[in-house]
Amino acid sequence: MIYDQARYTEDDEKHEPLLSEKDETTVKVGGADSPLPDDLTRDELTLPSLSEPELARHYTRLSQMNWSIDSGPYPLGSCTMKYNPKFTEDVAADPNAAIHPDRSAESSQGNLGLLYGLQEYLATIGGMDAVTLQPPAGAAGEFTGILVAKAYHDHHGNDRSEVIIPASAHGTNFATAAMAGYDVVELPSDEGGRIDLDALKAAVSEETAALMLTNPNTVGLFERDIVEIAETVHDVGGLLYYDGANLNALLGRGRPGDMGFDIMHYNVHKTFATPHGGGGPGAGPVGVVDELTEFLPRPRVRETEDGDYEQFDPANSIGKVHGFGGNWLVLIKAYAYIARLGDAGLADASAKAVLNANYLAEQLDMEVPYGPFHHEFAATAGDRDAADVAKRMLDFGVHPPTTKWPEMVPEAMLTEPTEIESKRTLETLAEAFNAAYGDTDEAIETAPSRTTARRIDQVSAARNPRLSWQALDNE
Amino acid sequence: MLSELGVENEAELFDIPETVAFDGEFGIDPRSEQEIRGELQRLFARNDELTEFMGRGHYSHYVPSLVDHLSDRAEFLTSYTQYQPEITQGFLQALFEYQSMVVELTGLPVANCSMYDAATGLAEAALLADRVRETTGNTVLVPEYLRDGKQSVLENYVDGAGLIVESYPMDDGTVDCTVLAELAGEKTVMIYAETPTVRGTIEEELAEIGEIASGAEALFCLGSDLLALSVLEEPASVGADVVVGEADVLGLPTSYGMGLGIFATSDEYLRQVPGRLVGVSEDRDERRAYTLTLQTREQHIRKERATSNICTNQAWVALRAAMHIAMLGANGLVELAEDCVRDAATLAEQVDDLSGFQAPVHDCHHFREFVVRSDQPAQAIAESLEATGFGVHAIDDHLLQICVTETNAHATDELVAALQEASE
Repeated sequence: MIYDQARYTEDDEKHEPLLSEKDETTVKVGGADSPLPDDLTRDELTLPSLSEPELARHYTRLSQMNWSIDSGPYPLGSCTMKYNPKFTEDVAADPNAAIHPDRSAESSQGNLGLLYGLQEYLATIGGMDAVTLQPPAGAAGEFTGILVAKAYHDHHGNDRSEVIIPASAHGTNFATAAMAGYDVVELPSDEGGRIDLDALKAAVSEETAALMLTNPNTVGLFERDIVEIAETVHDVGGLLYYDGANLNALLGRGRPGDMGFDIMHYNVHKTFATPHGGGGPGAGPVGVVDELTEFLPRPRVRETEDGDYEQFDPANSIGKVHGFGGNWLVLIKAYAYIARLGDAGLADASAKAVLNANYLAEQLDMEVPYGPFHHEFAATAGDRDAADVAKRMLDFGVHPPTTKWPEMVPEAMLTEPTEIESKRTLETLAEAFNAAYGDTDEAIETAPSRTTARRIDQVSAARNPRLSWQALDNE
Repeated sequence: MLSELGVENEAELFDIPETVAFDGEFGIDPRSEQEIRGELQRLFARNDELTEFMGRGHYSHYVPSLVDHLSDRAEFLTSYTQYQPEITQGFLQALFEYQSMVVELTGLPVANCSMYDAATGLAEAALLADRVRETTGNTVLVPEYLRDGKQSVLENYVDGAGLIVESYPMDDGTVDCTVLAELAGEKTVMIYAETPTVRGTIEEELAEIGEIASGAEALFCLGSDLLALSVLEEPASVGADVVVGEADVLGLPTSYGMGLGIFATSDEYLRQVPGRLVGVSEDRDERRAYTLTLQTREQHIRKERATSNICTNQAWVALRAAMHIAMLGANGLVELAEDCVRDAATLAEQVDDLSGFQAPVHDCHHFREFVVRSDQPAQAIAESLEATGFGVHAIDDHLLQICVTETNAHATDELVAALQEASE
């Protein structure tokens, strides 16, 4: 496939102008007509003031200069870019659900009912005993989970200092553990790409607060020794944390709770098909086993004997991780998606996700060093630069995979097609991979040429940071 | 596809040991689209129909239709973080424009492209303050009027860094600078103040707070919101080092607490900023191009030494806020903000005229909302109002809080009548 992305090119220097290049209006603030005395107000405000039709065109043009899952394949490994069913937008837009978070429980039974229903769904899907929906993203879920682990250890008089994380884990795991005040112990992988059990046994101690694990891991491998891993961590009194980034591979086939995990987060924008919104919002609910429920964020929602819903604060709650209850609109969409799929649909999603990844990998000219993988795989671009290969793929009407990560695979192209792609699309995607991978050095180094912007100079962006239109004006 | 892979069914592709395999029985019945829409309509209809006069950190402003229609375009809604900037120039430009609007409203030169909400923005500001301060302080000073959500999130975020959060007293709605000056000292890492406060009061001594902070070699973090900032003193002009707060006042309708957090700061702290930053560069054709930049601050590169663990953020909400600001323009923003001052004053006056109520409790200017003292117990009044179709806050035994914006201004007379009735 050949793709030519929209370009609205103003002149040799830029494409669509900035709003501020279309208009700048300065308004005096304060003065005789102001309801505030001048010493409490600013002097003036300068912002673009444009008509609605001008804005409609501006944003339509910007949207046309943007790739999305509705545009075509978007196989970013570890991001689970699956299609977002349209009807979930409609249910989330229900005006009756648009209420203030401080309302009494009596007057907000509908919203509490949705929260309760989603808590229950997620608990059963993860094999957990209780779920909080408050964390607004996956990393916020990790932070919540590690705070729960910390509260648990503190409650039992154990002051622990370390969190163990495999080298192949997402960067957020390391940052989360550090934010919570823990020292990070990085665990190397074994030759097969999984946890090195001997290394784990050597690493655990009375200082181990938790092991954070992604399963299947970031090259798609299931940690077959999970039961022994769990025992190893539990034997020293540590907790096992499940990073839900790759839950899409397990839906209906394995539950973290059954594998010995004590805490997990769910990435509902990945696994449960809520739109990624150009970077967010997502949601990162956290599930825990029974003995940790008392530490979950407050408030939680439960059903009363009368079939009503009420909020309550867990006995030893860590407090709050979001100013209110998290990303409400995202949670509604996740509930609707799960309800639409049901048991069979959820299991079918993981089946197709794994089938699609395997079928795609089979079509590639690149080597995939680690397997058997599940919903994602890390191909290696070998002696080619993975980032360059990815840039060339942009010209073929597909979004490239995640590149140069995880580091255990040289020149990695971490690919996750998800369950949504048809055989035909997977073949188109494979052609794009192979064409880019087999192209000349010059072609890949100068790519892309058909996107709105051609190859962007990252170095000068960082060396001379210009982060606002004011900064451009000052040049 | 199966035969090409040499398997009979998908199950053969899974490498999950029997001991931990699951049979797939969640007990979740699949429903059709139509059934789910009906089910959720019925469920949400269980919320009482109230005219809400509520704020305290989550506000309702009329969101122009353009915002829904254009932000819901799938090219925006169903894209993700701009890891490949060449093919995502549109979203990057919109986020760059959002950052620029925050720069204009705060007067600070660096704004990121979103935090989850105001509470996590405040918490990240304290962590930034801890990283940049050269002395050995460990205390974050916050006003005694601080929403519980902000206080608790802040405490959770700073605990790992060994910081503690201490409250300073307020004097009739605004900061008691004399006491604050006594509390601030070498232990102080950051002083946080809000305008408007969670009680709707407009702070009068911002410059003095800024001086107290710099005297203590602490950072001054100011909390506000994007609409209030369009008329209130520019944070940069009163010495704010970091501005946080509610950006969701514009672009998001009432959404049960979902937010968008502001994060703006000075050039000095650029490399300590949490979250994503969009910058300008050039492409091979030497045309202007946008890209995520300074990513070595971030978790996917710097891991445990990152400035924050944030990855997924609130980009789509930032897009919506920018669209709303663009729709209002400079004039529209200022007019709407001035209405927030006028309408609150007018309604407070009406409430004050009722027997059994004094409003506003605090003798200062207000933005959107104000506190009311009631002779009758506040909780009973709030419940009685709820029964007649109005939502207000009961914030203490005899204190109510009422918030008015263009979305409920049409019903203020009815609210006043209901208040009168409730107190009789």
